[in-house]
Amino acid sequence: MRPLYLLALLPFISILGGAFFANRVDPYVLGLPFFMFWIAMWIVLTSIIMGIIYALDPNNR
Amino acid sequence: MNSALLIIGLFFLAALVLGISARAGKDMDLEEWTVGGRSLGSIFVFLLLAGEIYTTFTFLGGSSWAYSKGAPAMFILAYGCFSYVISYWLLPPIWRYGKKHGLVSQSDFFSTKYNSPALGVLVAVVGLVAMMPYLVLQFKGLKLIVETASYGAISGTAAVWIGAVVVTLYVVASGLRGSAWTAALKDVMILGVVLFLGIYLPIHYYGGFDPMFHHVEAVKPGFLALPKDGKNPVWFVSTVCLTMLGFYMWPHFFASVFSGRDARVFRRNAVVLPIYQLMLLFVFFIGFAAIGQIPHLANDDLALLQISIQTFPPWVLGLIGAAGLLAALVPGSMLTMTMATVVARNFYQTFNPSADDRQIASLAKWLVPVVSLIAVYFTLAGGRGIVALLLLAYSFVTQLFPSLLLSVLPRNFGTKYGAAAGIIVGVATVVYTNVTHTTLTQLLPFLPASLSTVNTGIVALVANIVALVVVSVLTRPLLKESDTQTT
Repeated sequence: MRPLYLLALLPFISILGGAFFANRVDPYVLGLPFFMFWIAMWIVLTSIIMGIIYALDPNNR
Repeated sequence: MNSALLIIGLFFLAALVLGISARAGKDMDLEEWTVGGRSLGSIFVFLLLAGEIYTTFTFLGGSSWAYSKGAPAMFILAYGCFSYVISYWLLPPIWRYGKKHGLVSQSDFFSTKYNSPALGVLVAVVGLVAMMPYLVLQFKGLKLIVETASYGAISGTAAVWIGAVVVTLYVVASGLRGSAWTAALKDVMILGVVLFLGIYLPIHYYGGFDPMFHHVEAVKPGFLALPKDGKNPVWFVSTVCLTMLGFYMWPHFFASVFSGRDARVFRRNAVVLPIYQLMLLFVFFIGFAAIGQIPHLANDDLALLQISIQTFPPWVLGLIGAAGLLAALVPGSMLTMTMATVVARNFYQTFNPSADDRQIASLAKWLVPVVSLIAVYFTLAGGRGIVALLLLAYSFVTQLFPSLLLSVLPRNFGTKYGAAAGIIVGVATVVYTNVTHTTLTQLLPFLPASLSTVNTGIVALVANIVALVVVSVLTRPLLKESDTQTT
């Protein structure tokens, strides 16, 4: 278990937690209701986080 | 109307030609037919794994959920994203083990890992019971899409028969490679159609996304956030967690995993797939756009097709219908091939150990039309209960997760008896809670009311884990070293 892998917990905490603390319509961001924007943003960030893990993971070298 | 018919007909033909062409230069032995000779690179594995995002269930069901339920539809995006994150660590050891032992099916994996052909048969039974409703649902979606998009020129029954014949021909000819090649055409079509509809409809009818959502909020206040009751945040979290565990437990996924060239293929895909499935957001936009235009649909599943009929000329409907039929054919072909393989390999060969791989490959190919015919029968004869059955099936395959997870850990304390007990107890609990419509608060009355909306599938999973641990602890001392799992 590498400390690097802990980065992958961020999307879980943010999206599941967002169901409670980001569950609202206002403010609209990029034309999307806030809850929808929050999940879409974290899905984009998930790909970025997984990209960082892939790039730094010695298993892939 | 004729232009729609012509376009749909051309894509049926294109899928067939592409699927059969995939076998060129390949000797279709068992390994080549079932897992593409374990030689597929990142792009083809990506297409097979991503193929699960855009089935008819998501094509019609995603827009339907946005149209009828609003924000709770976002759970589809969340569980897919989490499943892909998990795949970074879950799929490489499964692939490595499959390559080392020459495995071609999910049941192979369990029977070899736990050194128990009987466990392989149990997993095969669970897999077959779960896969048939999934295949029938693809054909039902095909029926609905082609009949509607061709303005009735192709009847639903004819569409199902044509779909079954196309799938049968290219699966028998090319196996997994046929699915992979057709998936390439499918993803191009689906991406084009979904992006076009998801952007054009909100702009055409409302002037943009922001005005569309303001309109939805005005006519249905609170629709764009999770409600306080029913499908509330507690439901959202429990359903996302449960569904992400079941995501990779579908037997046809294992064929895609075993087909990879190396372990890095899966890690690369874990980077790309989350953002790729964000395209589902555009499927939801179609459903939200339909709210203001066709507000009282009798069948929510028709939201995407009805707003398209209202908006576009027949040739555009033809392209939408073509994308929809490909969304049914690709997962349909994977399911058909996997079911035929499981019956041949994990039933026939288990009870006839002298059968060699050549005989198994031949039998599996003969079983493909049989599986297709059974699916056609249930599609044309079955009622609307198939969606309920599919949700039940999803809960079934999720019960395979605990024993699979233990098996890929460096030290697996689970035994074959524990794994079997966990699966049986889990499946029995799923059946009981679904048949009796038992809720969590009925099962555990001491729980606080705030947890009343927890997905009851969690109960089955907990019962499964308890049975797995208890039986493993009790039976481990009884097993000889040779009876425990292989590495």
